[in-house]
Amino acid sequence: MISVQGLTHRYDRTVVLDEVGLTIPVGRLTSIIGPNGAGKSTLLSVVSRLLRPERGQVVVGGLDVATAADDVIARTLAVLRQDNRIAARLSVVDLVRFGRFPYSKGRLRQEDHDKVEEAIAYLELEEYRDRYLDQLSGGQRQRAYIAMVLAQDTDYVLLDEPLNNLDMKHSAAMMTMLRRAVDDLGKTIVLVLHDINFASSFSDHIVAMRDGRVLHQGTPQDIMERQVLREVFDMDIHIQDLHGMRLGIFWTPGAPVGPAPVMSPTSLTT
Amino acid sequence: MTALAARADHRSPEEAARRRRVRLTLGALALLCVLFVVAYLLYDVRGSWAYAMDLRGRQVGSLVVVGVAAGASSLVFQTVAGSRILTPGVMGFDALYLLVQTSIVFVFGSTTFMMLGTGERFLVNAGVLTLFGIVLFRWLFRSSSHNLLVLVLVGVVLGSLFASLTSFASRLLDPNEFLTLQDVMFASFSTVALDLLVVTAVVTVVALVALVPLLRYLDVVDLGRDNAVALGVRYHRVVTLTLAVVTVLVATSTALVGPMLFLGLIVANLARQLLPTHRHTDLVLGSCLVGVLCTVAGQFVVGHLMDQGTTLSVVVNLVGGIYFILLLMRTVRL
Repeated sequence: MISVQGLTHRYDRTVVLDEVGLTIPVGRLTSIIGPNGAGKSTLLSVVSRLLRPERGQVVVGGLDVATAADDVIARTLAVLRQDNRIAARLSVVDLVRFGRFPYSKGRLRQEDHDKVEEAIAYLELEEYRDRYLDQLSGGQRQRAYIAMVLAQDTDYVLLDEPLNNLDMKHSAAMMTMLRRAVDDLGKTIVLVLHDINFASSFSDHIVAMRDGRVLHQGTPQDIMERQVLREVFDMDIHIQDLHGMRLGIFWTPGAPVGPAPVMSPTSLTT
Repeated sequence: MTALAARADHRSPEEAARRRRVRLTLGALALLCVLFVVAYLLYDVRGSWAYAMDLRGRQVGSLVVVGVAAGASSLVFQTVAGSRILTPGVMGFDALYLLVQTSIVFVFGSTTFMMLGTGERFLVNAGVLTLFGIVLFRWLFRSSSHNLLVLVLVGVVLGSLFASLTSFASRLLDPNEFLTLQDVMFASFSTVALDLLVVTAVVTVVALVALVPLLRYLDVVDLGRDNAVALGVRYHRVVTLTLAVVTVLVATSTALVGPMLFLGLIVANLARQLLPTHRHTDLVLGSCLVGVLCTVAGQFVVGHLMDQGTTLSVVVNLVGGIYFILLLMRTVRL
């Protein structure tokens, strides 16, 4: 379980997280959605101790991330941020081996090598195993990063916009793969997503944020409601049921658009 | 089956080939270094052998120390700074060393300063520099986070600020004090004092030994701060310790030959280009060897073949400056 209490953070004077309290269920796929500047990525950074919040507490799998030893957390929780521009000359397998660093401190044992090959196979990267990262397409590179995160073999996996840079086909494949990791390996996966329909179709649990607060959370059924989405996105989104999945139709010009967004004093521009 | 072979020893044939290439390159570099050192010592000796060996031995010794210090410090600094363009030289580190030295003379007077031996004087300078250096660079990396051009600009500005302060302070000095200071500051390497060489060599070795346990963490730091923290590296600690080692190494090389703005930049980037690896054990070793090769071979050409027609630092700065501009243009376009 990931439990977050009283989380507050500011960049300069702008409040990005405002007393966020949240519980994320274990063994489930949870998506965080919300407009730009809602505080999604900041929340993910704080939960994964990449960012120290002004106030508040985060407990992941019984560990307080502010006080637990770094390598202990790294064996419990893996995280991948959006922009990964690595200057080092790394092949795919080199990168994935870094996933074993919390265990091996750079000296890999048999068990570590097995996990590395496993992760590479899981993301179907065998063919590219020895390619350098700069010789890969954006989608392949993204899969290589995910393979590193999986090789870290943690119960909790946090991904910030894992569908960035991926085309439709690879986005769908990535979500299917993450879903499998939850169902087969029992992982707890938390994603920041922009596409509400991917969130709706693949998640067990959705957290909707806006202006640094959690506005709603619940099952896709609960969140994919016209009323809820209007509150979160300031858009009138038509909801369609399709084989038990709820999809939001937001891209057709025919869909009625809500009133001009009202900027509250705390709302952000980025 | 390649897949099976990969399972057995964790290395695909391609990886093994890359590994071999790294080893071979390192071996070839080491061999070249030895060749040039020997050539430097033995080339066209006239007159007393004992005198020539003593003088040239000291010269080549200081060149080796400078090459190793510049190579190692620049490479790990690049990693910590997260950029291939930033090296201690570019960031004004060696200018800071001269400023520290001048300030010490300015505050305590040259008599006190000269009463210390060459070695002690160096240690005092290096100690003060390390202190200032860590404070300065921690602040720099935090405040203007990751905007490369801003950092380069700050470095250039700081470099000239330190240089101006140095010349300002030396202008305020009594002419006699200024003379002694100048002797110390521009200790021409053709007459390196033996005790200074010994102290700097020992300090360099100690700094390198201190660097060894950090190397595997630097491999991870190279993935960027967030990834390093995510993988359980104590980022702040590794960066601070590395910067401490870097400042000490910069102090040794500056003390021996004065500031060579772009030496580290050429050396570290050349090493990264020659070695297809991300492992810092190999990269640092390679960078040290390339450093030695650049300084010894460079001085061999400048001193022996061109008959002192110019100085090594002029050549290094000319070549390095051009290289720096090329690197900058390439990076900015991306």
